[in-house]
Amino acid sequence: MSQHESTYKPGSRLEHWMDERLPLMRMMHGQFVDFPTPRNLNYLWTFGGILTFCLVVQIVTGIVLAMHYIPHAEMAFDSVEKIRRDVNYGWLIRNVHAVGASMFFFAVYIHMARGLYYGSYKAPREVLWILGVLLFLLMMATGFLGYTLPWGQMSFWGVTVITNLFSSLDSIIPGLGTKIVQWLWGGYSVSTVTLNRFFSLHYLLPFVIVGVVALHIWALHVVGQNNPTGLDIKTANDSVPMAPHAVAKDIFGLGVFVILFAWFVFFANPLVTPPHIVPEWYFLPFYAILRAIPSKLGGVIAMFSAILILVFIPWLDTSRVRSARYRPIFKWCLWFFFFSVLALGYLGGKPAEGVYVAWAQFFTVYYFAFFLLIMPIVGVMETPSAMPRSIAESVLGGSGRPTGAAAAPAKH
Amino acid sequence: MAAHTDDGTRRDFLVVAANAFAAVGGAAVLWPLIQQMNPDASTQALASIEVDVSPIKEGQAITVMWRGKPVFIRHRTADEITQAAAVDPNQLPDKSARNDALPEKAPASDANRTKAGKAQWLVMVGICTHLGCIPKGQGLSDIKGDYNGWFCVCHGSSYDTAGRIRRGPAPRNLDVPAYDFLSDTMIKIG
Amino acid sequence: MTLTTGMKTLAATALTIVALPLMAHAAGEGPQIERQKWSFAGFFGRFDQNQLQRGFQVYKESCAQCHGLSRIDFRNLVQPGGPVFNEDAVKGLAATYEVQDGPNDDGKMFKRPARLSDKIPPPYANEKEARSIHNGAYPPDLSLIARARGLEYHGSVFAHPFHLLKDMVAGYQEGGADYLYALLTGYVEKPADFKMVDGMNYNRAFPGHQISMPPPLLDGAIKTDGKPTYQDGTPATVEQMARDVVAFLSWAGDPKHDERKRMGLLVMLYLLITAVLLYFAKKRIWKSAH
Repeated sequence: MSQHESTYKPGSRLEHWMDERLPLMRMMHGQFVDFPTPRNLNYLWTFGGILTFCLVVQIVTGIVLAMHYIPHAEMAFDSVEKIRRDVNYGWLIRNVHAVGASMFFFAVYIHMARGLYYGSYKAPREVLWILGVLLFLLMMATGFLGYTLPWGQMSFWGVTVITNLFSSLDSIIPGLGTKIVQWLWGGYSVSTVTLNRFFSLHYLLPFVIVGVVALHIWALHVVGQNNPTGLDIKTANDSVPMAPHAVAKDIFGLGVFVILFAWFVFFANPLVTPPHIVPEWYFLPFYAILRAIPSKLGGVIAMFSAILILVFIPWLDTSRVRSARYRPIFKWCLWFFFFSVLALGYLGGKPAEGVYVAWAQFFTVYYFAFFLLIMPIVGVMETPSAMPRSIAESVLGGSGRPTGAAAAPAKH
Repeated sequence: MAAHTDDGTRRDFLVVAANAFAAVGGAAVLWPLIQQMNPDASTQALASIEVDVSPIKEGQAITVMWRGKPVFIRHRTADEITQAAAVDPNQLPDKSARNDALPEKAPASDANRTKAGKAQWLVMVGICTHLGCIPKGQGLSDIKGDYNGWFCVCHGSSYDTAGRIRRGPAPRNLDVPAYDFLSDTMIKIG
Repeated sequence: MTLTTGMKTLAATALTIVALPLMAHAAGEGPQIERQKWSFAGFFGRFDQNQLQRGFQVYKESCAQCHGLSRIDFRNLVQPGGPVFNEDAVKGLAATYEVQDGPNDDGKMFKRPARLSDKIPPPYANEKEARSIHNGAYPPDLSLIARARGLEYHGSVFAHPFHLLKDMVAGYQEGGADYLYALLTGYVEKPADFKMVDGMNYNRAFPGHQISMPPPLLDGAIKTDGKPTYQDGTPATVEQMARDVVAFLSWAGDPKHDERKRMGLLVMLYLLITAVLLYFAKKRIWKSAH
């Protein structure tokens, strides 16, 4: 992992014995206790820990739900209702799992937005970022598969529409798309066979996510955390040890997040069937892009490109400066990009007609233009604003730097 | 950076209190996760059943399902009761009453297999104690074995009119579940 | 833009993303529906046991002939958090229904009186039978109807996200109940120029205004000693019956509602205290960093 030496000192004889054979404690100590953490991290940096928490919650509640769920077209919905009504605390566990999926995506979108704003995708964190995009894709696949499992009206529709996207390939090679769709379905229509494979994969993918998360964290600990200034850690004064400082902050951030989580679980569970059919909210921006393109195949390509383009942004962004805080033009372009994604999300929930389509097309164009035009061009032409010389200076002050001082988030 | 670490802070009261509070919450979460494996409400609703025995005429028997098992309810004739009561429990292959309402050591007398004052009613789990077949003897025309009770056709175990094993490979008397008379004709099993 | 305002905007932005699931209510074709006051709304909301009992009576008298309630077992009517009828009374009620059981020793299915552990028997053997009886229409099962319906949003697109956020903060979940109440009390005289299909009924709240269900609640449907009141003396007006049966159906769709909110209160209290402690613990730990 990273170059820094673990300060682990084995105490007992057993610890010595173990340390010579498998230095697991030494590694853990080095990576999660005395790991140098930039001292200026704001609360947006607590979302990594929050996401890990979400993953654990989803896996634990998911395993429990699988003890009661029946993956059969005739019985799936009944078994879900039985969980809600009869299983001891089944209502609670199911609520946590269903709300948990939304909270997971809520957290991942903030995590991604933070990465975009502070340039966490830029060298040397390209692999870290790409692993993150892969995690996002895996999450979307898992979320979609899980959403179909109750096998109600909405699930059924979701499966049909999403799997049918592949039939657009028919316009390239006639018959190819249809073949793929039949392969996905395991038949000529959506059936119990389809449900069973979706259940199997929904159970599998979270463990794949666990594996990729391990790589994501590994990559993070090789290159170290980015921070609001985007500057590297240069002296010991720039950092604090991960434990207890960063950990205490992470746990407090998690505590606040859990309050929001609990509010949705107990009081504002929005899982009431909407009157007309829409995907889950976390897919809506991409769903809007899909529908903004008049051709079916074009829409599918645009939708997948919208996600895959994220892989390339470490190279599309030409700026030398990481943090948008010091990029006066790019910053505004980025805020408008965030707004566009939200607007697309809103439009994705609207019927695809009239003015809504036109707006969706406008925001789709901006979505791609942001990555393909603004990132490369603004990076070259803009003049970065004044930056602090070090992380410590941005926190503790020093030679007065207007931008840095105003931006200092944490006044500890 | 090591200079920032101060071991004193970790033992600080506030920090300890916060950790303790968070830990209690973490532990509380385990409760629903454990409870969800217990029998659910629909299963619990079937944990005890009520059976109206008034339609069962003397000499007849019915089988009801209880907790996934067949339960024999027999309205015994005076003859059958006399036969069963005449047996010395000490001579039986299984000397225990096998009655859930009584201690393990209670002898297998006919009185211990039934309820006081309700000797005509015999209620037992109808599963042969040998290998789990369902013994014959419920129907009027069924084969009842050498002891006029039940006969397991799988391996030839014969039970008497109190459901006690008399001959054959079965090791134990048929089990008497916990039950109560709610009224003269209404039985609650379980 | 300074970073702090940036972060605030980002937080608001993020919250709005969460607001999106309810966007679906935004296609404004149906009429505007007024929200009602419900005892089970909000942070401290609980079902009113008496109202649920009255509501079950209305369901039984006025709905059950055509609409099933297949996810409710008789035992649910006795459980805490619901109507909590007397157990013997429900046993007696169950015994008036016949359910199929079996096979018996002869391999035959047989009928027996229902028990507490049985589901409330549906009025039809299957959907086809229902449709043939009702001229092709299928009266839906009511177990989940209060969760399967909602209110549409009427207002400007730009106010919509804030509207959603407000509902989320307030924990508004009674859209289904509000709609059902509007539907049940929505049988009014049709406008003179409104063209109706034969056999349909005009309803103010129903999308499209033409519903095949005839007015289900009629004055005098419930009587006690010859007077149009419930047994507890509440006047059985159409509005009152609608209110009561909607409360009952809300419970049927969410029988763990009271338990959920009761536990939720304790959990929120615990989490708030913990968060405050964690905040001060974090401050204490960071003191040494400066």
